[in-house]
Amino acid sequence: MALCVDIEKTLGSFHLRVKFEAENHVLALLGASGCGKSMTLKCIAGIETPDRGRIVLDGTTLFDSEARVNLAPQKRRVGYLFQQYALFPNMTVAQNIACGVREKKETRARVAEMIEAMHLQGLEHKKPHQLSGGQQQRAALARILVNQPEVLLLDEPFSAMDSHLRFQLENEVRSAIRRFGKTVLLVSHNRDEVFRLSDAIAIMNGGVLETIGEKKAVFADPKTVSGAILTGCKNVARLEKRGERLAHIPDWGVTLETNRDIGEVTHIGVRMHDVLAGDQGRNALRCEVVEEIENPFSYTVMLRPQGAPQAKPIGWELDKNAWSRRRADTVTVCLPPENILLLRE
Amino acid sequence: MDWFPLINSLRIAGISTVIIFFLGIFAAYYIAKAPRLVKGILDVVLTLPLVLPPTVVGYLLLRVLGPKRIIGAWVLETFGVKLTMTWWSAIFATTVVIFPLMYRTARGAFESFDETLAYAGQTLGLSGTYIFWRIRMPYCRQGILAGTVLAFARALGEYGATSMIAGYTPGRTATISTTVYQLWRTNNDALAFRWVMINMAISAVVLLAVNMLEKKQRAGRRAG
Repeated sequence: MALCVDIEKTLGSFHLRVKFEAENHVLALLGASGCGKSMTLKCIAGIETPDRGRIVLDGTTLFDSEARVNLAPQKRRVGYLFQQYALFPNMTVAQNIACGVREKKETRARVAEMIEAMHLQGLEHKKPHQLSGGQQQRAALARILVNQPEVLLLDEPFSAMDSHLRFQLENEVRSAIRRFGKTVLLVSHNRDEVFRLSDAIAIMNGGVLETIGEKKAVFADPKTVSGAILTGCKNVARLEKRGERLAHIPDWGVTLETNRDIGEVTHIGVRMHDVLAGDQGRNALRCEVVEEIENPFSYTVMLRPQGAPQAKPIGWELDKNAWSRRRADTVTVCLPPENILLLRE
Repeated sequence: MDWFPLINSLRIAGISTVIIFFLGIFAAYYIAKAPRLVKGILDVVLTLPLVLPPTVVGYLLLRVLGPKRIIGAWVLETFGVKLTMTWWSAIFATTVVIFPLMYRTARGAFESFDETLAYAGQTLGLSGTYIFWRIRMPYCRQGILAGTVLAFARALGEYGATSMIAGYTPGRTATISTTVYQLWRTNNDALAFRWVMINMAISAVVLLAVNMLEKKQRAGRRAG
């Protein structure tokens, strides 16, 4: 069940250019809003038509601009979970699910099966607006799964949810994905959700797919500035190359060693929890504490390297006990070379 | 009292409303998808009958449907049927006059439709026809119903174009509106007053229906 996508589309001043492959795993498209991730899903589903390129699903060409193939959405066997679920408001839960059944003779049995599998018993005759958000999502998933798609597209599945509901729904979606067992594309701008649900991550920025890889590898080395920001790196700054492995950071007023050649790299990034206390390593900095921000389970301490009064503060996150033990007006921290992300614009 | 004008008015309004229900909906649906320039031009042309004086509409209709005019002459020659001065001639007039009402309300209703629902239907393998009649139309039904009722009410009251194309022949082409005018002209004030009351009663009921539909639509939106 491989999905190969290589498409281009221009919409006004926006250019979408994505190329990736996914096979029997969960690939997350991680990007800020307006980066083209939903557009990519729509092109795969056949709701939007790319200008150029090819989309092949499990050997079947869904779209090929050169061979002039453009299958109707009805023939693509793509399960699309929309942001607001798109349940038909004039139909009951059972009728909604029945819409997805392909073998119309078996409608009753299939609907009953799916209602049980998705824990919708007792809600069969309710209209969508009578359901809670979670129930709506389960009904929408049931309607898609009963349709036996070859690939599942999840468009920001939790964006309409309160945070306490998100956790529960995420678990439900995870088990639905596991049962499905084929290729899943998950669109999201939430790095935690993406990390928990996916196997691989593709970073999208301004219509371009910048980085793609196994999720831990992408978090460990996001390669681009937008990748670093999307994976939650808060300390990102431009560098000036001073040597193959020596970078001056004008924003912070410091010069740091890196553990890899800088080459064409333009920025560095340091995750807030990758800043280490003490002077026991390389890249040790004596810093003034500008501000301390209390989080539920940690502190974020904003640091300004000494001797650089104009510098932008560097964020440092550490747990409450650790900060209580060290709390001071000036502290020494180090930014170990192995914790420095080398990023391109 | 001769009830012919009432029956005639109701059948003319009824038939033209049925015609306009389908014409208006399909025009609204397809024009909504058209390129912007085409949409702008068609919008003006199709809404024109709403603002033109009915006599101008009647004049234009006579220009094409009259027995010596292009379409009228052809139909007379081919089928031996005169298109003017029969009871159903009025249907041409009412159809043209009420078309914009149906078209406008249907378009408004379609514009409020959440296109994602149609996309969801497509990805589930549902046909375009199914999506249109079972998802889009039910979603927009209150707006479309209100438009239909309004079109019917307007058709019932059509006077100008009707009197020009169907004339006034008692027992043959007379409608409520042409009868009222004729009775007033001939000083039959008592009977004219009765028809006026009948007309007002029907119109009041129809407008009440429109209001109730709109209220229900708003309530439905809130619940949805």
